[in-house]
Amino acid sequence: MSVGVASGRHLQALLGSLGRLIRSPLASFLTLLVIALALALPAALKLFVTNAQAATGNFASAVDVSVYLKTDVPLAKAQQLTQAAQQRPDVATVTLISADKGLEDFRTYSGFGDALAALKENPLPHVLHVRPRAAASSAAGLDSLRRYFAAWPEVDLVQVDSEWVMRFNAILEVLQRLLIIAAVLLGIGVLAIIGNTIRLEIQARRAEIEVTKLVGGSNAFVRRPFLYTGVLYGLGGALLAWGILTVVVLVLRDSVATLARLYGSRYLLEGLTPDDIGVLLGVGLVLGWLGAWIAAARHLRSIEPRA
Amino acid sequence: MIVFDRVSKRYANGREALTNVSFSIHNGEMVFLTGRSGAGKSTVLKLIALLERPTRGAVLVQGRNTQSLKARHIAAFRRGIGVVFQDHKLLADRPVYDNVALPLAVAATPLKEIDKRVRAALDQVGLLGKERALPLELSVGEQQRVGIARAVVSKPPLLIADEPTGNLDPDLSLEVMRLFRRFQDVGVTVVVATHDLHIVREFGERVITLENGALQGDPGDTLPSVVATR
Repeated sequence: MSVGVASGRHLQALLGSLGRLIRSPLASFLTLLVIALALALPAALKLFVTNAQAATGNFASAVDVSVYLKTDVPLAKAQQLTQAAQQRPDVATVTLISADKGLEDFRTYSGFGDALAALKENPLPHVLHVRPRAAASSAAGLDSLRRYFAAWPEVDLVQVDSEWVMRFNAILEVLQRLLIIAAVLLGIGVLAIIGNTIRLEIQARRAEIEVTKLVGGSNAFVRRPFLYTGVLYGLGGALLAWGILTVVVLVLRDSVATLARLYGSRYLLEGLTPDDIGVLLGVGLVLGWLGAWIAAARHLRSIEPRA
Repeated sequence: MIVFDRVSKRYANGREALTNVSFSIHNGEMVFLTGRSGAGKSTVLKLIALLERPTRGAVLVQGRNTQSLKARHIAAFRRGIGVVFQDHKLLADRPVYDNVALPLAVAATPLKEIDKRVRAALDQVGLLGKERALPLELSVGEQQRVGIARAVVSKPPLLIADEPTGNLDPDLSLEVMRLFRRFQDVGVTVVVATHDLHIVREFGERVITLENGALQGDPGDTLPSVVATR
């Protein structure tokens, strides 16, 4: 069989499958809708997680760890510790705020300057402001940094700022796991939907399959239109899911922008990236093909011509 | 071409359809298979088309033992045999053209070639111009001829027919048989199962008669020695 003839066969099978879908538009559409919703749900969750991460990206990098040294630690030792902290791979920058600098800042910004003047000596300790790298800004990363500094004998207190960001990041992590679980479960659901649809179609076309086998149609020939039907369902469902998500993003965009403005941000809701769309369509295509293949493998073999 | 060597066939329900049947049919021969309903005619044809496999004995078609043919080779094997059924087995929702083109489509024939051959086959059975009709829009005789066109469109070397005239009046029956004779004239081996003895006598071809699953009388041809000594 030449390549031209082979691709002609495939085109024919594809058009035949497409024609059958179009001939029963309501049933096909309902099936497509169910597949689309099953694909759209994990994709929407993915959008939520990426948007939440992007929206809080600025806050997350602002998570500082303040390391308060004991008041009897001399400045030279504090500088030495700053150097040591700087060596850690999960630390971006370390700023040393000496006791004198701290007092000066306090005098300038707090409005208690006169009261401070009454103090005989500086009651403030030296403080290290540690800014972790973005990768270490997760709840677990921050916690390990906190425990690391707390173990130093010179350290009096370690305070992780913006605890809510940590909690938020932890929630995002939960959501990310949930996203994977939902994607797997709904993927299996899509397989089942497509497999069942193909099974029903195989039963409906039993006579045709028998005759085709009778005149020498191979299993591959008989299977082909069903595989194309599965691929069309999967791909069509993914396209519909893309459409649904596009509408959802458009509807939410204004209210999210308003919400962001109230928090003093100019954040805009992000839609699906070309990569996301590629993954969505690819997953739809593969699930459609696989679902149809499983159904065809199970049910086509049992249909043998009877004279 | 076709050799039955001490073939017995028992169906799953326990009915013994054929008992120790041996005969052979040569290339280019036209043979009538007769006997009452239930005598085993259909079983013989099913064994030839590999719709069934023998319980005992061997069936050789075009030099190949059907028993040892692997499942993935069955499709290609069937493409070498044109089959005509009493109930036509046409696809009711497809036009005549698609029905006749099916054996070519499964054999990956180029579309141009399909078009040429489908028209030629329809011309041979006198149905040129009915390509777009649905089978149910045709008369019973015409439907049967569509079935014949489908059986011969891929020019198989072997044509088998199970009661092809069962639903036809005598005139149409003769017409269909003459059609089969014309295929034999161009070298096709033709095996026709029929209980219509009138037609059998009219044509004067070799007759293999079955009764209760056994051969009756002389099958008219002995087994080639190569098979008999197996």
